[in-house]
Amino acid sequence: MRPAGRADTASLYFTYPQFAAPEGAARAGLARDVAVAIVGAGPVGMVAALTLAQQGIASVLIEAKDSFNDGSRAICIARQSYAILDSLGVVAPFLEKSLGWTTGRSFYRGRQILEFHMPDGPEEKFRPMYNLEQQFIEAYLWQAIEANPLIETRWQSRLEGIEIDEAGARLTVADPEGSYSFHADWVLAADGARSVVRSQLGLRLQGQNFEGRYVIADVQMDHDYPTIRRALFDPACRPGATVLIHRQPDNIWRIDYQLGDDEDPAEAVREEVVRDSVAAVLAEIGHTGPWELEWWSIYSANTLALDDYRKGPVIFIGDSAHIVPIFGVRGLNNGIADAHNIGWKLGHVLTGKAGAALIDSYTPERRGATLDVFANASKSARFMTPPTRGWQILRDAALGLALTHPFAGELANPRQMTPFTYAESPAVLPDDPGFAAGPAPGAAMIEARVGAGFLSDRLARGGFTLVCFDPALARAVEALPDAPAVACLPWPSAAADRLGAGQGAAYLVRPDLHVGARWPAATAETVRAALDTLCFREV
Amino acid sequence: MTQHEIEQVYEALAEGIDRAAPEAPELYLARVCLLLARELPSVEAALAAIAAAQTA
Repeated sequence: MRPAGRADTASLYFTYPQFAAPEGAARAGLARDVAVAIVGAGPVGMVAALTLAQQGIASVLIEAKDSFNDGSRAICIARQSYAILDSLGVVAPFLEKSLGWTTGRSFYRGRQILEFHMPDGPEEKFRPMYNLEQQFIEAYLWQAIEANPLIETRWQSRLEGIEIDEAGARLTVADPEGSYSFHADWVLAADGARSVVRSQLGLRLQGQNFEGRYVIADVQMDHDYPTIRRALFDPACRPGATVLIHRQPDNIWRIDYQLGDDEDPAEAVREEVVRDSVAAVLAEIGHTGPWELEWWSIYSANTLALDDYRKGPVIFIGDSAHIVPIFGVRGLNNGIADAHNIGWKLGHVLTGKAGAALIDSYTPERRGATLDVFANASKSARFMTPPTRGWQILRDAALGLALTHPFAGELANPRQMTPFTYAESPAVLPDDPGFAAGPAPGAAMIEARVGAGFLSDRLARGGFTLVCFDPALARAVEALPDAPAVACLPWPSAAADRLGAGQGAAYLVRPDLHVGARWPAATAETVRAALDTLCFREV
Repeated sequence: MTQHEIEQVYEALAEGIDRAAPEAPELYLARVCLLLARELPSVEAALAAIAAAQTA
């Protein structure tokens, strides 16, 4: 929502482009069969299209709206998402615009009870978290999509129906010129929390609604505070409630405040009420200068997910598959990981590099990640928005103790997102007990300094990479048919230490930057066999 | 006790209060305190904790 007199897209800092529906010659091909249709051109759908394109797979992206999403929405992008964007070759504008951060501070009744630092250091290429308004996230992804001949985007194109058949699915689409249908072998549903694909197929999200409701409001102001996330518990401006404050680019500040049980949500989003609430928060943090209200919205904390992220040829990615509380910033970040995960798998299957069973590893891996998010986010939500008397008493007791006892302040640590480990995935090999350090199979590959750059710079974009230290092993693997990329690193080295690697050790890294297998003493033959297994190749 | 273990205690107490309802939380918590006090090595440790909680 925006202040009275301003259009939905009349932003103080962002010019929304207007995209036309397919017109002229482009309309001739609308009804043709396609290999992959992606429903929804939000950040998740766009990452999926870019990941498929990197695999050499063309896709058709359909989007009901005529522009990007309204408002700043998901503003925190985690390190692993930047690693994914980097691997897709699109991270540069993100790095230039966004604000990296490592630190959070929590306050109880105006006094600081906790300062937490997310892990960071010179061996990391990216900061643990970046703040960037979602419009820019979409705009930067769109730059890459627009330039990519493998991706056909159809704006103002609303999905009206979808029917699964033996060979895929038939989609019916309406745009301002009329309606038509086309067939897709595969459909990626990236159409968000109110997914049309999901409801058309009669699927329902399962899980819990938490009681807490929050208003998120963006204001533009000159405000002198570093990029540190602030959480105010029981502040004078909103007794009993929790307030979060984030800095964004362009002097935009996100004020996120909890509504009391007695507050009517419809009343709470009236402009005058939002203005009063924001003014009270700004007074509390000592901002005395002018400020301008940019945009606001309301949300509640839910943990909802589909039981299966796949129904035949239709695969759900992002909010269409799962809705998570925002605490811990896992909504967009998990959506990006979903898109990247299915993108490389579908790409490998469609290009004949992998067997069709690889697709079946998508749900266990990504739904597993969602359930892990639920466990962590539910913890955070219980702290931010205690659901019962018991949780309320313990939360208040912990906050009270935290003023004098740091251990109690740690209970307010929001446990920001870390990449999920696909420990029980069929697309990951069992660990070798010969390692004392380094990421186990299923975990995200760690970062390390290598020469003047980073380990991640040496990983193949879109393909498997063998990370090893023995030049003879590297040569033997490079000579294999369908050889993976090989990154032969110096040994001994800091990277080898971090990976717990002797000179004969090797890590096989999947295209999504997760470890697929590792060996204390690898041979070209074990690597070849592992690739066959991880790609479900019929041998 | 590790931070993770503290969290376990935190969660068990919160759920314990809810399970004890409609009984007043202070009765339940007082029973917990007395039982915990029995596990402490000395009366001084119990009295120190009781005093420390007062100031918070």
